[in-house]
Amino acid sequence: MEFYLPIIWGGIIAVAVFLYVVLDGFDLGIGILFLSRESEDERDVMMNTVAPVWDGNETWLIIGGAGLMGTFPIAYATIMPALYLPLMIMLIALIFRGVAFEFRFKADRSRKFWDLAFFGGSFTATFFQGVNLGAFVQGIEVTEGIFTGGAFDWLTPFTILVGLSLLPGYALLGSTWLVMKTEGELQAHARHMANKLFIIVLMAMGAVSLWMVAFDQGIRERWFSLPNIFFLAPVPVLTAAVSFNLWRALQTGRETMPFVMAIVLFALGYIGLAVSRFPYVVPPSISIWDAAAAPKTQMFLLVGTLIILPVILAYTVYVYRVFRGKVRIGDGYH
Amino acid sequence: MDFDPVLLARIQFAFTISFHIIFPAFTIGLASYLAMLEFLWLRTRKPVYKNLYKFWLKIFAISFGMGVVSGIVLSYQFGTNWSGFSHLVGNVLGPLLAYEVLTAFFLEASFLGIMLFGWERVGDRLHFASTCIVAVGTLLSAFWILAANSWMHTPAGYEIKDGLYYAQDWLKIIFNPSFPYRFVHMIVAAYLTTAFTVIGVGAWHLLRRSHEEPARVMFSMGLWFVLIFAPAQLFIGDLHGLNVRDTQPAKLAAMEGHWETGGHVPLLLFAWPDEEAEENHFEFGIPNAASLIITHSMDGEITGLKDFAPEDRPPVAIVFWSFRIMVGLGTLMIFIALAGVALRFRGKVYTTPWFLKLAVISIPSGFIAVLAGWFVTEVGRQPYIVYGLIRTIEAASPVPGSSIAVSLALFVITYGIVFTAGTYYILKLVRRGPISDEPAEADLTSRQPHIFPGSASKREA
Repeated sequence: MEFYLPIIWGGIIAVAVFLYVVLDGFDLGIGILFLSRESEDERDVMMNTVAPVWDGNETWLIIGGAGLMGTFPIAYATIMPALYLPLMIMLIALIFRGVAFEFRFKADRSRKFWDLAFFGGSFTATFFQGVNLGAFVQGIEVTEGIFTGGAFDWLTPFTILVGLSLLPGYALLGSTWLVMKTEGELQAHARHMANKLFIIVLMAMGAVSLWMVAFDQGIRERWFSLPNIFFLAPVPVLTAAVSFNLWRALQTGRETMPFVMAIVLFALGYIGLAVSRFPYVVPPSISIWDAAAAPKTQMFLLVGTLIILPVILAYTVYVYRVFRGKVRIGDGYH
Repeated sequence: MDFDPVLLARIQFAFTISFHIIFPAFTIGLASYLAMLEFLWLRTRKPVYKNLYKFWLKIFAISFGMGVVSGIVLSYQFGTNWSGFSHLVGNVLGPLLAYEVLTAFFLEASFLGIMLFGWERVGDRLHFASTCIVAVGTLLSAFWILAANSWMHTPAGYEIKDGLYYAQDWLKIIFNPSFPYRFVHMIVAAYLTTAFTVIGVGAWHLLRRSHEEPARVMFSMGLWFVLIFAPAQLFIGDLHGLNVRDTQPAKLAAMEGHWETGGHVPLLLFAWPDEEAEENHFEFGIPNAASLIITHSMDGEITGLKDFAPEDRPPVAIVFWSFRIMVGLGTLMIFIALAGVALRFRGKVYTTPWFLKLAVISIPSGFIAVLAGWFVTEVGRQPYIVYGLIRTIEAASPVPGSSIAVSLALFVITYGIVFTAGTYYILKLVRRGPISDEPAEADLTSRQPHIFPGSASKREA
């Protein structure tokens, strides 16, 4: 059990973080695209496509934090101080984004301010999530289980590249979500945006991958040594196939397929990162086994999680089903 | 510049958690109140209940949103500001926090969407079920977080290996000695906070003679509620105090401003505790009353602060005064509850101006009492983060003070903006009041009133 429990928990946390990235990714993407439409009606529709679900989506971020503390306390206690400033800025940005959902519809004169807060909060939160991700991938200086790096170790060209890459990534999720959830001019606009964003995302994924391979020997060996190269080759091949499908779905006027393909594209990128860093929960030195909580703790949480998580997924699907279908101008749903 | 990182981390945490607790303290009670209103509407089909539901739902949505965004910050601050704490006790407390997210946050967040936007899509019964689920979610959340917090006051069910804390018995960890008291005390406090807000809003409309029917209903419901729960809180608080006497005597001594161990301890109504001189100035109290309350005997002995080394004592003045503020507000609440029932029997409860005005100015009483209570219990636990085991100074993160100072400044600015705006929008809703059902249908869409063609002009002023 001492061997498998950390693997199981590493998997659960990885899936939770991925669900956060996809689910809040399209919420944040809509925020990033928010100011690209001038009309208040269309902005209302954009916001209303996610208003009933954004709160649940953001909860995956909390389980990422709390779950990490419960199952890998050393990882939690080293990653959080290492990423102190970018995490704090991200959290503050998420505050502005979150309250904008409520405040915008209550505001009169200050509506423009909350439009800006929604955009600025989404944009900033996304950029710093990317920075945090990049900082995690590039590694954290730890001595005897305690963070010993500097306050700005997270700020490097690589982390900025990842931050900048996540912006078109989330915007792609947001635009394909809008293709699915809207119609008419707004949908055409979303499709147009998705077409452009898709190209930028592919370039960004390529740039991040090349950077990692070029500057990190461990990652280079992970991907290009024998026999790994044969097992891992499908990841870039699949990425190419999915990209083609996404492009075609956008050209042929499909409504749901672009969003699905965008998620798969994210999944492949995510798997690529996970493969590069497994089994480290605090790269480059602390593995999931080093950081794992006591088996008794991991087991206590696992029993409940295995019961509760399927229930959560079930009612999440239920809520999405309740709010399925197009959101239209003039649709004030109660 | 030179900053003390631990002090800054404490100030930052105190600031963000004090800001946060205001919202759960309100929404825990409000969620239950909404469930009650919707139940009454489904049973009686009296429009007044539905109008009240929709009215408070909008206020709930704003408060809940602010609670969510400020709560996420906390789930990361345990690591960013208190990584030593997370490292030392993560094995014990981490799962409790994770269970809070799994059993409560997802439930609340998901069904809140249906509560706010789904009534027409799911129908009455499922909508009522959603309201109840959200209400239960708020209570579950309080259960887990108070279990974790209580463990920091009265740790149990753990073992220490290589300096780290490990779980031995989960039931003892969750149901640790102070948990039952703290949980009940906090839930009742949250309910009272909501009740006095509802009472005050009702009273305000009664004074203005606007929305009189719904105003009477909420005013009356609230007053009946506090008639039971304000006195009950006195009793619960007393039990909690006895628990503190047994488990955290230094905190109790600070609450009473009591320096020398001994009997016949007076209940100090006023004093100026002086930590340097180890005595109080300007003492004014009721002889023997503290002994009577705490030991239930006139000459009962209470341990004094001098029995603890100076470095093991909590800051006395903050604890002493916060406690008096809390108890004072509790007394005011009991007075309002009793005056309300007296006026009701004389048929004047809706029409007595001084009473209505008192009810309006008492709207913040619950919020302030909750904050004061948390100051008593958290400051009273110092200098420990886990009482008797881990000092706060050992719990801090290896983060430079300047980083904490910068983020603290950002939090102050952000929360200043958000709190001001949120309060403003809530007051705007309060002033507009519950609107009767027909316009209310259009009004509920006032979450998106501007969606209707040409409706930009009819947005409320």
